[in-house]
Amino acid sequence: MLTDYPRLRAILLRVAQAIPVVIGVVVISFLLTRALPGDPAVYFAGVAADEASIEQVRITLGLDKSMAQQFVIYVGNLLQGDLGQSLSSGRPVATDLANRLPASLELTLTALLLAVVIAVPLGVLAATRPGTWVDHVCRVLVTAGVSLPTFFTGILLIYIFYYLLGIAPSPLGRLDFIYLDPDHVTGFYLIDAALMGDWETWRGAAKQLILPASTLALFTLAPIARMTRAAMLTALSSDFIRTARAAGLSSSLVLYRYAFRNALLPVVTTLGMVFSFALGANVLVEKVFAWPGIGSYAVEALVVSDYAAVQGFVLAMALLFVALNLLIDLLYTAIDPRIGFSSK
Amino acid sequence: MSAAGASILPFLRAMPAAAQGSDTLVVVTGATINSLDLHRTGTSRASYQVGINCYDRLLTFGTKEAPGGGLSYDYTDVQPELAESWTESEDGLTLTFKLKSNATFWDGRKVTAADVKWSFDRAVSVGGFPTVQMKAGGLERPEQFIAEDDETFIIKLDRASKLTIPDLAVPVPYVINSVEALANATEEDPWALDYLHLTPAGSGAYKVARWTAGEQLVYERNDDWVGGPLPATKRVIIREVPSPATRRALIERGDVQVAFDIPDKDAAELAETLDVFSTPVENCIHCLCPNFAFEPFQDADVRKAIAYAIPYEDIFKAAAFERGLPMWGGEEEINDIAWPRKTQYYTDLDKAREHMAKSGYANGFEVPLSISLDLASWMEPTALLVQEALGKIGITVEIEKIPGANWRTAVLVEKRLPLHLENFGGWLNTPDYYFFWAYQDGHLFNSSNYRNEEIEELVNATLHMPMDDPEYAPKIKRMFEIALDELPRIPLYQPALNVATNGAEGYEFWFHRQLDVRVLKSV
Repeated sequence: MLTDYPRLRAILLRVAQAIPVVIGVVVISFLLTRALPGDPAVYFAGVAADEASIEQVRITLGLDKSMAQQFVIYVGNLLQGDLGQSLSSGRPVATDLANRLPASLELTLTALLLAVVIAVPLGVLAATRPGTWVDHVCRVLVTAGVSLPTFFTGILLIYIFYYLLGIAPSPLGRLDFIYLDPDHVTGFYLIDAALMGDWETWRGAAKQLILPASTLALFTLAPIARMTRAAMLTALSSDFIRTARAAGLSSSLVLYRYAFRNALLPVVTTLGMVFSFALGANVLVEKVFAWPGIGSYAVEALVVSDYAAVQGFVLAMALLFVALNLLIDLLYTAIDPRIGFSSK
Repeated sequence: MSAAGASILPFLRAMPAAAQGSDTLVVVTGATINSLDLHRTGTSRASYQVGINCYDRLLTFGTKEAPGGGLSYDYTDVQPELAESWTESEDGLTLTFKLKSNATFWDGRKVTAADVKWSFDRAVSVGGFPTVQMKAGGLERPEQFIAEDDETFIIKLDRASKLTIPDLAVPVPYVINSVEALANATEEDPWALDYLHLTPAGSGAYKVARWTAGEQLVYERNDDWVGGPLPATKRVIIREVPSPATRRALIERGDVQVAFDIPDKDAAELAETLDVFSTPVENCIHCLCPNFAFEPFQDADVRKAIAYAIPYEDIFKAAAFERGLPMWGGEEEINDIAWPRKTQYYTDLDKAREHMAKSGYANGFEVPLSISLDLASWMEPTALLVQEALGKIGITVEIEKIPGANWRTAVLVEKRLPLHLENFGGWLNTPDYYFFWAYQDGHLFNSSNYRNEEIEELVNATLHMPMDDPEYAPKIKRMFEIALDELPRIPLYQPALNVATNGAEGYEFWFHRQLDVRVLKSV
């Protein structure tokens, strides 16, 4: 029985709570795409279209039907797992997303990992040594990260490391043209290449990742470092730390076992938020580095009013965030067992 | 290679440069190739290059020196591609083509007249852009196309037209391997649109070795090509790089050999260190269009006042970085039939004020000037300069920016923008064809809602008339005279297509403004 597994029950409950959200997203994305300016029939009829050929295209695309009919058809297809056909790429939206989402995720997750590896220790150091040079470095990095737009950082990094110094590879997307893509397993080139044991391609893919991931990491580093620093300061000044210190526990034990663990909760929350806006900031990074990700796909689809592609993108993102929030909730309980599911 | 290119040579890493070798060229472009089949609904402009590089047409154009350096296609020189020869019947209504007997598709099967017929039937039947373009040459119904025997293909025309032969050399009427296509056609998809979208089946100079939408397209040479001289380059990689700054870094470093369709500003700056070709786009003009559906613009003096107020020189510098050709300050008298031609207008505020005073709007008026956000690179500086200039003659202009997806609908379909910037370039390079699209009532690019009975008659009379007909030139001159006096479109300048090369030569400009990779070779 489910009651015997409170955690499983709680997870299922959380998943069930996501269902109305997904339904809402389906309805709203459908309505919003229809509210987009521009007439896809006119656009896709091409440069020299006349009225008859525009009408012909409208019928081919099913845009001559009423909104309600179009919605029923859309939901019907959706229930069969069919996200529709993208007009601009001429392929099923599901295929497009499957090809492009891993590219964006690989970039975003690498950047996030990089940001965490730098920002968390930096935040901890800054909190334990307020007012010293470490604190100042932290402040400068945070300010730079927040105030520099990603496309600017991207172009600057290309200019220095590729154009002037020549140590970075050509900013030509996920792989230079001399490599072949690894076989598609997860869509993450680093993982797929490793699975094939093709370390040459793995290195190629990793090299291409360095500049765009650094660009994005610089952007995401700021909130993580700030939040770590603030949370650590709060934790360090709280009563239980004072008690622990008074009890004569070693300072590293106090710092890592008690203070840091307590400071982790807000940091994880911030990570969730940062992940979502990093995916957004991706669009510009993808443009600059010719990265074939989901951001550029969605923007192009928006520009030409490619309904199915936009809807598919919104839906995929919604599912991703639902899953992410679930993951963060689970992480909470792992970090702080006092947060139980029974209370929800 | 230029001096600046040479100075960075020591830093070039061995990796891509060595791997490329001289038989591979890399091209970067900002546009997305979204289909390998031009006939499909929704195929982007950038995809037209696949139609050129992978498929053959019956005919093609020759080559000439381009203004602005480099080579260009030659509209006046029609050459055979898949056809070996062709004849026209006396009345001009029957065209008979003899196909090259050694032409084969990639799968080794001989190219037959039946393939040509199937491909032409497809182009006139699928609707949308290909059908409209075929119609321009009088090619409208499958019954017009006859496969007489394996090597003889006949076209029956309803009327003789000088546009038919050139229309056979545009990217649309390409010849598809009909046997392969039909093997992959279904009942719902009799023209194999789904199959050819991803899998080209042609006889052209290059095959598609690899295509990843949004990333790259790799062409591989077809060594059995008979449509023209065998290309020098074995593999050509077309890589999509959306950011112009990144494209510029790549071409300057020499990691790629061609940067296609670069911004005017980059072209002007790169021209000092690299080979940059800025070819004025034939039959294409950037215009300011006053819309006749709005009262002030029905007043001829208002239109002339605007034409004299426009700061042409400044616009050409700020919007085009002097790439392209000026379209102002020409002779009033019309002595030839070359189009685009310089107008008789130039910047003269006194004259502009005189015309305003004479008009029914001596006290001026307010009007929005609409521009497209997608074309902001030239429209925005132009609009700002026009706004400032018109302010000096009492016309208060507010700039209205319209999102790209909405622009076509607003400007060309609904034709509801009172004053706007627009550009049109015709594939068939004759003045009457330009006038047919841009000055005849109700036609797509006549975004000014202009109607003049004499223009209607003149265009109808000249559209299919041979250019050496004695009546042709006088009628065309009369057409220019009316249009430049009435000014439904005020020409600003002729734009250029910019291409930078670093380690490649042989670049040739085409009216379809896509890259013909067949002529490129590395140096």
